[in-house]
Order: sequence, then C-alpha cells, then structure tokens
Amino acid sequence: MTGLRLAAVLIAVFTASFALAQGDGRRSGYQDMSPALQKMQDDDTANPAMLFVQAGASAWTEKAAAGKSCADCHGDASISMKGVAARYPAVAPETGQPVDLEGRINLCRTTRQLADPLAAESDGLLALGAYVALQSRGQPIAPPDDPRLSSLRAEGADLYKRRQGQLNLSCANCHDDNAGRKLAGASIPQGHPTGYPIYRLEWQALGSLKRRLRNCVVGLRAEPWPYEAREYLALESWLMVRARGLAIDAPAVRP
Amino acid sequence: MANVLVNAPKTAKKGQVVEIKALIMHVMETGFRPGTNGRIIPRNIIEDFSATWNGREIFRMKMSPAIAANPFVSFSAVASESGIIAFRWTGDEGFAAEHQVNITVT
Amino acid sequence: MNTRRPESRGATPRLSEAKSRDPFCGRQKRGPSATLGATALCRRVFLASAAAVTIMPFAVHATPEALAAAIKEVTGDAPLREGKVTLDVPPLVENGNAVPLTVSVESPMTAGDHVKAIHIFNEKNPQPHVFNAWLSPANGRAVVATRIKLADTQKVVAIAETSKGEFWTVHADVIVTIAACIEGVT
Repeated sequence: MTGLRLAAVLIAVFTASFALAQGDGRRSGYQDMSPALQKMQDDDTANPAMLFVQAGASAWTEKAAAGKSCADCHGDASISMKGVAARYPAVAPETGQPVDLEGRINLCRTTRQLADPLAAESDGLLALGAYVALQSRGQPIAPPDDPRLSSLRAEGADLYKRRQGQLNLSCANCHDDNAGRKLAGASIPQGHPTGYPIYRLEWQALGSLKRRLRNCVVGLRAEPWPYEAREYLALESWLMVRARGLAIDAPAVRP
Repeated sequence: MANVLVNAPKTAKKGQVVEIKALIMHVMETGFRPGTNGRIIPRNIIEDFSATWNGREIFRMKMSPAIAANPFVSFSAVASESGIIAFRWTGDEGFAAEHQVNITVT
Repeated sequence: MNTRRPESRGATPRLSEAKSRDPFCGRQKRGPSATLGATALCRRVFLASAAAVTIMPFAVHATPEALAAAIKEVTGDAPLREGKVTLDVPPLVENGNAVPLTVSVESPMTAGDHVKAIHIFNEKNPQPHVFNAWLSPANGRAVVATRIKLADTQKVVAIAETSKGEFWTVHADVIVTIAACIEGVT
C-alpha cells in the first residue's frame, strides 16, 4: 500500500472509530491499547501480523488440487474481497447454513478447489483469513440483513448475557458493565471484533476470534465448547451485529 | 523458505541515511517455558542476524531468548552505492534464512 | 508494590519484595485443573481457592549479580559513564511478550568517533542478556529498534561502546503487568 493510501485508510479507520465513540459510546479495542501497541499495529512494515498477510497473499495465487487458486475465480483480492470480512458470518448458498469467514474459505476449498479443508487455527487458514480481512480494512462492519441469521444472532445475544463457569461471569459483565475500567493494568475493551484475525501478544502468534472466545471461556473457568460448536458462530454473529458500523482494523495487534 | 518481510527504500541519494526494517517469522522459544505436559519446551531461537551492503557487513546483531517472537529489527545505513543489501538469519536447530533487496543509489 | 498475580507461588518470598520469584505467570497449575488452565483472566482475578502448586524446574531468575556479571563481561573494569544513550521503552506494558524498544546513541559515526557496539541487558528475566548489536560508520546513525520480552517489572540497561573505548550507559524502568508467558493451547 502506498504511503498516501495507507495514511488515508488509517485516517478513515481512526475517524470512523472515533466518530462512533463520540456518538454512541462504542469504541474499538484499538483505542484501549497503549500508544506503543497502536504504533505497532499501524506500521505495516513492523506489524507481525503482516508476515501472515504476506503468506496469505502468496496462498491466494497457489493452485490447489483441482488446479484452481483463489485468484482464478476472485482475481485481485483488493477488489473482489473488499468489504467481505465486514459481512461475515453469513449464510453460504451452497449449504444454506451460516458460516464465518474461515468456514467460507474452507467451503471454497472443498467445493470449488476440490481440495482438503484447512485445519482450524492452522497457519494456512489464518494467513488466508488475514489476507482477506486486510482487504476490508477501514470498511464499516456490515452484518447482512438476512432473516435466516436471526435465530443464530438471538442465540448469540443470549450466550453473551449468560453467566458461566466457576467465576460465574457473563461476557456482558466485563465488556458491557465494566468496559473502560482496568483489569491487571490493561483496559477492559468493549469486545468488538474489529481486528480479527489478531496478532495477540499473549499468543505470540495470529489467532482467530474463535480462539479468543475460547480463551475468555477458559478464563471464566468454564469448559470451552468444542471447536466446531455452534456457540462460537452464534456469538460471532451477535458480536458483529453489536459492532455494526465500527471500522475494521484487521489484522490487529492486541495485548 | 522462511517468511521474511523486509522494508528498505528502493532508491536513495548517495550519503543519505536510510532506515532498514526486517521482520521474520520465528517462534523464538525461550527454553524457559513449561509446556502443557509440565516439561520445559526446548530453546529454539534465532541467534544471529546480519546485513551486508554489496558484501560489506553493515550490521550484526546477536539475539538472546529475550527477543520477542517473530523478531523485528530496525537499523540505519548510509547509502553508499547501488547494489544488493543482503540479510542473513541463523539460529538453533540449523535454522538459516536469507533475503536480499536491490537499491539504486544516485 | 506487588504487580504479580495474587496466587502465591508457594516459593519463599524474597526479602526485598513481596513479588513471586517466578518470571513466567500462568502455567503453574498442574493436575486436574490444568485443562481449564491458568489463563489471562484467572491470573487477573483473585481466587481464594487458588493455592497453586509451583512446578519450577529452574530455581531462580536473573539476579542483580548476574546482571552485573554480564555487564562486566562486556566492559571489563572500564568506567560506565551516564549520558549519550537514550532508551525508548514504554514505562508500562500490557504484555511483556513484545515490548518495543529503541536505543539511540549520540555519535558522529565517523571513522574516528563512532559507536562500535550496543549491549542491552535486563534485570529479572531468566537470563540477563537481551541483545548485542555491532555497528560502524556505515550505519550513519547509532539507532537500533526491536521488540523484547520482559518477564517482570524491571530495569532495562543499555551500554554503548565507542571506538574510543568509552562505555556510556542508561537504564529504563518498565512496569510489566502481564509477564512474558503464554496462555497455553486453548
């Protein structure tokens, strides 16, 4: 990205988040980080997540089993993938079922590229996810207006407010009631998924929203749901509705 | 082939001091961390990083386990002549990676 | 001030501080609770029942003596002068796994007067070294930036060695709220 375009995108991201923060009090986790971490995220030449984006860009043009690469159907990702990450989870036409972005990538791999799906949380899947999410940087989160997603979103909203685990806390207890206050020196963010997949310093690696949700559930001392569980999709769907309009800042750095 | 992201200007004026940034994907396992089985995960780090400008060394760094994963380094160099800036990383378990960029100095 | 997790490690607290000795937080629980695991949140929230059993294969982390010895290895008996070196590290970091650090030294970087090497040390990680960098007039500026791991609230020390054989030093204090460690596979 040229310096000017990058500057324009960053200004757009910042303005969008800031404007919304002014307006309805919602803020991205980016704003709860220290200036040093914000700087790490903003600099594409230093953001460790960009290593994964680079791998994803290369995977985009790699031909899979049936001889097709992502590029063969989707061409230039910066055009075809613009805004895509902002509107997932969505219903996949092939199955009529909701999928998140990683699920969508694997559907393409199995049905169009006739290749094996990429393993959950694998470098390959994260790299492609990061590359695709990057193309939506600066775009407002825009969950689709699809009635088929209503029940999933309602389930997610329910889960969000449900107390669980040994600590008997719900997502809402921290991320609604106590957002902005400190927990061990770090500010509790509002929990909007604007930056996924994120380079989390705790993991020293890139990871998905699912991984972060699992960490939270384990942190509550609750049994995490299995990786394929519907609960994650439900929560993701609800979180995207809750974050509607906030600008995507993927791939983000978070502590 | 290691995953490397290098940022150096493509052109520079002779005598200009340029900033060079290098990022490489590496786990940088410290050798102090217990794994989920309670046993220490063995050390696996990049130990040496060096850069040359047309073969002459312009920077060398010895890393310890205290360098963060996916090591990032930034240093300066005086643009002396057009040519190749080459980078080399070596470390535990026979790790070796190389990368080079071209630069035109006018 | 105790910036460590409230769960006592079971090791004898040092006389000087009430901090736990263990530089790596988190993965201290073993046994049935290991699957639920010590995670970011559990470290942060005080649990009366959390009498963690410490399994620490190594007894101590770097001591002030180790730091002094590491510095001496580089400087020998030469005096350390304060000045010329600037250490740019955030005073408070959310996570010690990737702390951005920039060290710069005032120097003309000419053949007759330049920085030959920069050495960075730490006070409380398991070992006292951070990195060594070798420079020359070919660098134009004596500035090096990287990201480091810090396992506890501590001092970071920078020593610049010049071509004239002088050693200049500065240190920075960093408060680390979550020490360099990881959540484990969850």
